[in-house]
Amino acid sequence: MSLDYVKFTPGFDTFMPKEYRDMVEHGPFGKKTTVSQMGSFKEILEEHPMCAGCAMTLFIRLAIVAFPNPEDTITVGTAGCGRLAISQAAIPFVYGNYGDQNGVASGLSRGLRIRFGDKPKDVVVMAGDGGTADIGFQQVLHSWFRKERFTTIMLDNEVYGNTGGQESGMTTRGAVLKMAPLGKKFEKMDMVAMAKIAGCAYIATVVPNNPRRVESCIKKAVLIAREVGPTYIQAYTSCNIEYAIPTDQVMADAKTVEDDRYKFAEYVSEDAKAYLAERYGYKEFVQKPVAAIATT
Amino acid sequence: MENTAIIGTKNKKGQVITDSRVMMNDAPRTASFFTGSEVIKEAVKRANVDIMVAYPITPQSEAAALCGELFAEGYIGDYFRGESEFAVMSQCAGSAFGGARVFTTTAGPGTMRAMENFPMWAGARLPIQCIVTCRGINSPLSIQPDTIEIAYLMNTGMLVWHAETAQDFYDWILKGYMVSEEPDVHLPLALCCDGFFVTHTKDVVDLTPEDMCLPPYDPYRSPVPCMDMECPPVRMMRDPFVMKSNYISYATHASWQQEVWAAAERSRKHTIAWLDGLIDVEDGDADILIISSGTAVSQGREAIRLLADEGVRVGLVKIKTLRPWPEEELREATKHASHIIVPEFNVIGWMAKEIKATIPNSERVVAGPRVCGGMTLPPEVIVEEVKKAIGMRSGVLAGRG
Repeated sequence: MSLDYVKFTPGFDTFMPKEYRDMVEHGPFGKKTTVSQMGSFKEILEEHPMCAGCAMTLFIRLAIVAFPNPEDTITVGTAGCGRLAISQAAIPFVYGNYGDQNGVASGLSRGLRIRFGDKPKDVVVMAGDGGTADIGFQQVLHSWFRKERFTTIMLDNEVYGNTGGQESGMTTRGAVLKMAPLGKKFEKMDMVAMAKIAGCAYIATVVPNNPRRVESCIKKAVLIAREVGPTYIQAYTSCNIEYAIPTDQVMADAKTVEDDRYKFAEYVSEDAKAYLAERYGYKEFVQKPVAAIATT
Repeated sequence: MENTAIIGTKNKKGQVITDSRVMMNDAPRTASFFTGSEVIKEAVKRANVDIMVAYPITPQSEAAALCGELFAEGYIGDYFRGESEFAVMSQCAGSAFGGARVFTTTAGPGTMRAMENFPMWAGARLPIQCIVTCRGINSPLSIQPDTIEIAYLMNTGMLVWHAETAQDFYDWILKGYMVSEEPDVHLPLALCCDGFFVTHTKDVVDLTPEDMCLPPYDPYRSPVPCMDMECPPVRMMRDPFVMKSNYISYATHASWQQEVWAAAERSRKHTIAWLDGLIDVEDGDADILIISSGTAVSQGREAIRLLADEGVRVGLVKIKTLRPWPEEELREATKHASHIIVPEFNVIGWMAKEIKATIPNSERVVAGPRVCGGMTLPPEVIVEEVKKAIGMRSGVLAGRG
């Protein structure tokens, strides 16, 4: 029983650090918490070493709040800014090698299924644009083609932020960054189209300035990945340092980018729709009964 | 150490879960005639493996595919083909993080492509077993036998064993899991053999009964929690300590690396018990010794027979484990030797370097003969090296008949 391990061993509760006590007494484990309640419960991710005004951090917080079963969720990632925050969370984080997060998640998901059968153990990959579209590209695509059942979230800040601002495949054409001294020569990679071609059962593009939408997408993606197939969320999570976005304009930038190249889009496969409707009662995906043809 | 409650029960395939010492040491054996690749399959069949990840590369492709048959027959819980060796080893890591017993195979360039994973496996304390069927790695391309990749594996923190024969291979695959999974070890094992010489030749191998298997892996005996959200602590990160640039983070990382190597050292006692020592010595009192590992040992044994016919007495030391390295054993075994010949299947002579760094008076070590790139190592070449070392003209020896 997973929840047992978030309880205190009898007699030890008074000796536990306050942070730990708060997590057990006021954390989200075993409860239904939502982004609307943020501020009223102890979050799984609170302290982190990210830059002031980092949109990626806000997105990661929202994503973790949205996990349907945090007490049975394992996150996987790779090098990059996001990892610095995710690894501070109160749920496990696996770091393997550079860019191999979808390979590690494939094995982890399969290993947990062998050991726990139908009991849901959610595996969620969160990696940057470089980790997902560049160095991890092969393993990401192959995990999708193999129909590995876990969620992949790209934290797309359109740059290698953690290493100091180099061009990535997800950088927009023309952007002048380190290693692109004359501006990027090719278009931003269309990973959403590739996710669809590779057979992801759920795909969404989001920005962090709509918390409820982020929550809704993450929940659907994680639930669908339990049984139907791979799911992919691509989130614009700007790097205000490398793109010199003033801290107080980070959300305005997200809105501008949303209107430009990050319009909200959601693809749900027919199997995924049926699964969400039948298993989790998603009313919008309940098939409307076909009207009986009147015969006289 | 096994969970005794499950001994005598059956696994999903209906094999009887058997005390590993009973299975390996007491159970009746049946002599069978198999290639090394087929022997890998026979061992894995009895190893209660949860997940195997495969990828084709000569000369391990046949073994990796044969394990697929085991999956189809229900002996392995899950099996799939990865997209490259780097991906395969990452997939193996994920499976082991989730608490599964994991098996894989690779060779030569595959070993090199996967290399980033091996120190990660060791650092993450994942007791994965990887068969390495050694072959050439450098340009120009060669698929032929060559043991140079072992030199790289020896510095990863993994346990590294080097099988000479198919029988070694069979026994060591099974025993390897028992050593690797000990709580005070809990490290991955690179079980090496010389490609083609072992994988593609047939040999008589004594097999344990088909209806017996090893006890399953118990991930809760791991010294670090597996990532299944079933055991405390709530927050468990398997992540390098790069977030802090301070002395404590460096010290934490340094002490963990030391602990990984200490764990390999702690494997000695288990390995000595399972393999009956880290080295085998034949005629150890001889003034001249041939020391090596893998099939170079077999060639050395033939050379010793030829030399004996000519009245030259030579002893043999077979090194079974390269990590842990049998330091004390080698010092003891070479105490009286005046000449130490180290035949090898690689250009750099890593074995001779290791031996020179281990024993006193290392000028006794003859770093050769060495062949590479797929060349064979005829016993006569070793004979020549011995004669040269002791100042005997081979023509004269040949004349003596």
